[in-house]
Amino acid sequence: MEYVIEMLNIRKEFGSFVANDDITLQVKKGEIHALLGENGAGKSTLMNVLFGLYQPEGGEIRVRGEAVNITDPNVANKLGIGMVHQHFMLVENFTVTENIILGNEMTKAGIVDKRKASKRVKKLSEQYGLNVDPNAKIEDISVGMQQRVEILKTLYRGADILIFDEPTASLTPQEITELIQIMQRLVQEGKSIILITHKLKEIMDVSDRVTIIRKGQGVGTVVTAETNPNELASLMVGRQVEFKTVKGEAFPKDTVLLIEDLTVADYRGVEKVKGLNLEVRHGEIVGIAGIDGNGQTELIEAITGLRKVKGGKITISGKDVTGKKPRKVTEAGVGHIPQDRHKHGLVLDFPIGHNIALQTYYQAPISKGGVIHYEKIAEQAKRIIEKYDVRTQSEATPARALSGGNQQKAIIGREVERDPDLLIAALPTRGLDVGAIEFIHSRLIEQRDRGKAVLLISFELDEVMNVSDRIAVIYDGQIIDEVLPQDTSEQELGLLMAGQSDRKTKAGANEHV
Amino acid sequence: MSNRTTNLLVPVLAVVLGLLVGAIIMWVSGYDAIAGYAALWDGIFGDLYRVGETIRQITPYILAGLAVAFAFRAGLFNIGVEGQLIVGWFAAAYVGVAVELPKVIHLPLAILAAAAAGALWGFIPGLLKAKFHVHEVIVTIMMNYIALHVVNALIEVVTGGSERTERIFPSASLRSPFLEALTDYSRLHYGIIVALIMVVVMWFILDKTTTGFELKSVGFNQHASQYAGMKVDRNIILAMVISGAFAGIGGAMEALGTFEYVSSKGGFTGIGFDGIAVALLGMNTPIGVVLGATLFGSLKYGALNMPNAANIPVEIVGIVTAIIIYFVAASYVIRLLIERAARKKEAK
Repeated sequence: MEYVIEMLNIRKEFGSFVANDDITLQVKKGEIHALLGENGAGKSTLMNVLFGLYQPEGGEIRVRGEAVNITDPNVANKLGIGMVHQHFMLVENFTVTENIILGNEMTKAGIVDKRKASKRVKKLSEQYGLNVDPNAKIEDISVGMQQRVEILKTLYRGADILIFDEPTASLTPQEITELIQIMQRLVQEGKSIILITHKLKEIMDVSDRVTIIRKGQGVGTVVTAETNPNELASLMVGRQVEFKTVKGEAFPKDTVLLIEDLTVADYRGVEKVKGLNLEVRHGEIVGIAGIDGNGQTELIEAITGLRKVKGGKITISGKDVTGKKPRKVTEAGVGHIPQDRHKHGLVLDFPIGHNIALQTYYQAPISKGGVIHYEKIAEQAKRIIEKYDVRTQSEATPARALSGGNQQKAIIGREVERDPDLLIAALPTRGLDVGAIEFIHSRLIEQRDRGKAVLLISFELDEVMNVSDRIAVIYDGQIIDEVLPQDTSEQELGLLMAGQSDRKTKAGANEHV
Repeated sequence: MSNRTTNLLVPVLAVVLGLLVGAIIMWVSGYDAIAGYAALWDGIFGDLYRVGETIRQITPYILAGLAVAFAFRAGLFNIGVEGQLIVGWFAAAYVGVAVELPKVIHLPLAILAAAAAGALWGFIPGLLKAKFHVHEVIVTIMMNYIALHVVNALIEVVTGGSERTERIFPSASLRSPFLEALTDYSRLHYGIIVALIMVVVMWFILDKTTTGFELKSVGFNQHASQYAGMKVDRNIILAMVISGAFAGIGGAMEALGTFEYVSSKGGFTGIGFDGIAVALLGMNTPIGVVLGATLFGSLKYGALNMPNAANIPVEIVGIVTAIIIYFVAASYVIRLLIERAARKKEAK
């Protein structure tokens, strides 16, 4: 069988850090080849080498059997390699056609021939079943459509080897199904696809073969039909992965967080939390289940002092913290893993070490008499990076350069190491791969087992069901019911999250009859 | 190519390129470029007097640059350095004229008064930004005009209708017979020492204090800083106050050193605005500001010699100095070109 792409023993270094160490990837013509690895394993680096953005320190690249030297993306384009980026590179107020021809315009006497281009785009779109309107503006079409425009862009430029970088990250379930059909159509038409992902389900659904890389090293290539998600996960992480989180029984003790009749308004003054009551005790994980926008954000911000409280009372270990400043709340024994780690959790331009010190920088031993000791920050950072397995070149690397999972591990390290009585974790595993998710879940459970209280907010039913000891369902700013994970089902929780509590259903039914 | 050589090569290449393009402009306009640059060189380093005057010119640029850079590091764009410098100039001159005290008290007092006046002028936009989210660029621009006209009015009030204050008492003066004698009786004064101390102060605040950590954090990401329990409002105000104080001291250099008085002004001094370019050239670091100010001050002073010694009109001189600065500011492009060339070589 003929290989269209062969990357043999590729090595890429950044300073002393080896991002790709002797990785081999061989893609057959007409196959969907998945590239699997955890966040930060080196998938993107390898693809950037193939696309000409990085020059490898070692190894050889062959395209259709011929050794090539891909010095920049233009060379890659000429070889028929196209990349569908995770973050789309489209001009919002241009049409589909304009975006596709951008930088590659067909001109007639110096004037862009849009009509001809538009016809060609339409033809390509029909050929591959993409169903894209060439004259629609980007800002008017859905995310799924925008991605198809990106695909068209590569096809228009004559690509027959397409790299998809985490293509499903921002798609709805239905759009994912459609994308899979499109990918299958593409290979039918003779294209070859490299799919970068850490989602096992997609790989099982769509790929022919899988190459796995781990910590910058090639683990091997397997045929999808001969493997299963469990095997893939353990190859990716390097050990057995438990999909179901193991945890012992909870032994809740006295109350840590007590919320009584809490009312909070959002930034427009609209009440989002409406007389909410909640209790979290030492030694238990309470999961807040609910659909986005039912007051979760306002609830967390009220507890942590980031948002004004309109009414009600919040106490932590018996101390009234209602309306206290964030730092006072933190010092009362609260750790917070924020929902949006880029906006609220990290100062991305700061070194990761500074970020790890973001809650302790003002205390001894780091600060004494107003003077800050950066060597102490580095010491602390090194310890936490080691303990929480944060993969980074050093503590001086900007937080921005770390992968999502490693950024989150650093935040968790920072918050947990302060030993708070209450740990609030808001969507702690959003966008992370299975290895990181498992790590984070086990850290939350470890906190519980040490007798700490954990409040978990999540939109993912799996997560709430697996990790929590008690589930409180939030709907329209109130806790409308509390259930135990062992006594409930996803169906029941789903109904509760939609506002259908038993009592309410009955009362509602009476009212509406 | 190693990083170190690139770092050294880039600014050198930038200056050379700037000089080259400047020469082309002089040549195209029909003037002798070589004579022009000889005059520029002579104007900066020609004799001890000129070296002294150049250093004197650099002094306020350092302080204006520090002011802009400090605010930048905290995420604020302080265009009000000009106004803060003008109020500082007045405050220092006023203290210098109004009382006579022993030098150990009088001189520090006059500098402190200038710092306080500049700080006040920075405090107002800081407060408006922190409490009401009014953009600091708008407020600081307006504060520049207020500073100019308020100071002009105050000069009239304190002098009883004159356009110029008396000369300050010698006890408040930065003048240095020693430095003057050393530089063939230029107006070089002790201000340069004050400026260099302030460079150290800025470095210390930013890199050695807890407050500096907070200021930088707030400068990069206010949201995350707030989540981490920092008082974002307080930090914004503080950054503007410290920035304003640097600018105010810059004014004191003119009041207590170069001129020893303050006179009514028809327009802005321009030092504050040039401070923006100085800070950007210096990449907002204390040492960078010193280098940026040196380039700016030298060109500014040295260029004065070009019309006399080489018969090049002031307008062309302005264009040539601007081009040199432009090339240094655009050194990013040069860095890019060097890196690309290095990569090509590597690929082969």
